[in-house]
Amino acid sequence: MAGGAKEGDIMEHTHHDEPFIRKYVFSLDHKVIGLQYMITSLLFLLFGFSLVLLMRWQLAYPGHPIPVIGRFLPDFIAAGGIMHPAAYNTLGAMHGTIMIFLGIVPLGVGAFGNYFLPLQIGAHDMAFPRLNMMSYWVYFVGGVLMLLSFILPGGAAQSGWTSYAPLSIISPGQTVWLIAMTFLITSSLLGSINFIVTTLNMRAPGLTFSRLPLFVWSQFITAILLLFAFPVLQAAAILQLLDRIAGTSFYLPTDLIVGGNILGNAGGGSVLLWQHLFWFLAHPEVYVLLLPAMGIVAEILANGTRKPIFGYKEIAGSFSFIAFLSFIVWAHHMFVSGMKTKLSYLFMTTTMIISVPSVAILTCFLLSLRGASIRYKLPMLFALAFLPMFGIGGLTGLPLGFTPSDVYLHDTYYVIGHFHYVVVTGTLIALMGGIYYWFPKMFGRKMNEKWGYIHFWGTVIAMNGVFFPMFVQGMAGVQRRLYDPTAQVHNLVVQPLNIVMTTSAFVLLLFQIPFIWNFFYSMFKGPKTEENPWQATTLEWACPSPPLPHQNFDKVPTVYRGPYEYSVPGRKDDFWPQDQA
Amino acid sequence: MSSNYGWWLPVAASTYADKIDGSLAILHWAMLIIFGVWAVYMAYCMVRYRQKKNPQADYGFTHSYKALTPDVIILVFEIWLIFFIGVPIWAHIREELPAPPDAIEVNVVGEQFAWTVHYPGADGVFGKADVKLVNADNPLGLDAADPAGADDIVSVNAMVLPVNKPVLIHLSAKDVIHSFFVPEFRVKQDAVPGMKIKLWVEPNKEGLYELGCAQLCGTGHYRMRADVLVKSAGDYESWLAAQKKGI
Repeated sequence: MAGGAKEGDIMEHTHHDEPFIRKYVFSLDHKVIGLQYMITSLLFLLFGFSLVLLMRWQLAYPGHPIPVIGRFLPDFIAAGGIMHPAAYNTLGAMHGTIMIFLGIVPLGVGAFGNYFLPLQIGAHDMAFPRLNMMSYWVYFVGGVLMLLSFILPGGAAQSGWTSYAPLSIISPGQTVWLIAMTFLITSSLLGSINFIVTTLNMRAPGLTFSRLPLFVWSQFITAILLLFAFPVLQAAAILQLLDRIAGTSFYLPTDLIVGGNILGNAGGGSVLLWQHLFWFLAHPEVYVLLLPAMGIVAEILANGTRKPIFGYKEIAGSFSFIAFLSFIVWAHHMFVSGMKTKLSYLFMTTTMIISVPSVAILTCFLLSLRGASIRYKLPMLFALAFLPMFGIGGLTGLPLGFTPSDVYLHDTYYVIGHFHYVVVTGTLIALMGGIYYWFPKMFGRKMNEKWGYIHFWGTVIAMNGVFFPMFVQGMAGVQRRLYDPTAQVHNLVVQPLNIVMTTSAFVLLLFQIPFIWNFFYSMFKGPKTEENPWQATTLEWACPSPPLPHQNFDKVPTVYRGPYEYSVPGRKDDFWPQDQA
Repeated sequence: MSSNYGWWLPVAASTYADKIDGSLAILHWAMLIIFGVWAVYMAYCMVRYRQKKNPQADYGFTHSYKALTPDVIILVFEIWLIFFIGVPIWAHIREELPAPPDAIEVNVVGEQFAWTVHYPGADGVFGKADVKLVNADNPLGLDAADPAGADDIVSVNAMVLPVNKPVLIHLSAKDVIHSFFVPEFRVKQDAVPGMKIKLWVEPNKEGLYELGCAQLCGTGHYRMRADVLVKSAGDYESWLAAQKKGI
């Protein structure tokens, strides 16, 4: 049963007039920490995006000097403005690392989870505020280290975000990457423990698990995923670090010859071990990226359709089933790795089966539209755009989970197209929708709608221009991670598509400017808004906008019903908040 | 060579390429149908159930066992696909390895950033190799003292194969992971240091194809490629005869 506070309790004020540093820097308030996560991760997303713009220039115009900024880049990155192959590999590795571990996860979990999980369960804060603060600052240190690695001797990592051994062990830059990753993993672990304990113990009176908003379900299950998957990578990363700095040989086999010389400390290690350990984390990680986004979509869909979400239990059940299955699909990344052939049968089967709960969720979302009374507000557009675009991302996963087709498509641009549809046009679109949806709650002000529509349409169209041609390139056999695709004959026919994708990527950047401006301008100057501008039902709308520092609610809310009681027959209003008797 | 490639799959030039193309076709048709049904239904709902057309939402429509229909259809389709298409094809291409004398054998070794192909020569036996003997002139470290190696042929960045004869490839790597990818053969297999991996292919069309590296292997990954020439049996024999033997 829910604990923490009793019905109707007045929440106590504990923190009056804190100094600036306690209020905004080393804050214990989950809302401030959530905002710190949000701003930091948005900046990292922008930085990670700008790295890929340099790569996209090189892909569209291989060997041409990078315009405008090329001349300011140091020689080991781009002598004469022309990108160096090692610099290309560095940008690729760091783009992946930054987008996943410093951008999307901290935005989906750190920012939205921290800010809205306690609000949606009617709590005054997280269970462990100090752990929460530590989680952010450990993440921050990890991020700074990743950035610093660009200017340290040896540069940043250049072995892909997957860091396959032995390349990662013999390449420069990897040591700092590994140390930074241990910080990021520690941060996620601290956060996940906090989320689990908070959800279990801090729910308002009456808020049973069957009344939890789907966003809380998604965060709760994501936290469990992080808790079980990340320690494995933590251990694997430490072993790789030892291989690099302590002369151990966990991942180095006997008789390794690098550049004509036998590698002294190599012997007895296993190359595939790293891949097993890495993907044991990194496949659940995909669902860590995806589940919070699905939770946000569920919230916005219910609100925008003005009806209860279709199949609440089926969605929550599918979240759990996906989480369970995600631990036994990892080796579908390894069908052509040299792993035992027989293992592929098992992993092909589990991988195909995991599409069933995903289809179930998407079906429920689509059926939620039937019988609705749809309000086409800005957040709703993002939630609706999520459905078909995540659909493309999910469907294109089928030929990659199926061994006879994966053997051809593996490590081609088809894979890149697939996971960018899932993570960018799917997850990131949903997260942007979440920002528009919850902005009034976070700042008590509304974002500008006109600029929001411009941002929405420009972003959706440009994203498809970037990612859809990747499927065509993949079918033609273009491999991923090629500094200059024109060095191989089979890539030449589809090379013009790179110009389409690069142009779309710069258009995509252009359309983020209205968003950035809108976000910061509206934070201070946007029109003030009331407590519940979307006429929503869940608990976060029952507290002032923005919620009160350190206590959120005027008094502990009591929950009387499920999360999505919209258009209940016989009531005057078409929404019935969870906390109204 | 460039006429092999277009805006979809390249020319198919191995005996199992058709099977792989077939499963790609089944999956892409299925994806197209599923997406089409979703998209039409969603577009219909977005128009039919907009606020102006339907001011009062239907509170009651929140559960129906019929909603499980798509899940069941997908599940049945996937089980059929795995057990009747996937498993047989995968077993065929990964487990039904040919053996001499029906097949020829070659060693393929990946290194930064080249492919070396090692033929056993007329005796059908590969000469012994030792990493300590590896140098620029002897990329595989073949032992000159071993008589089995006297007729061996080593070819760098060019792989010549006879048409209509299975090839058993022993794939390995010297330094980091590489990946053996010939788009026309629809074959891909990582070459892993410390492992010797068997794979096979039977080219069924003469021509010039491309062997690329599909796994990031360092700064020269993008230019790590080799020519693959599939010749008639006669031309293949005369190519072998013209090569330098031993080291």
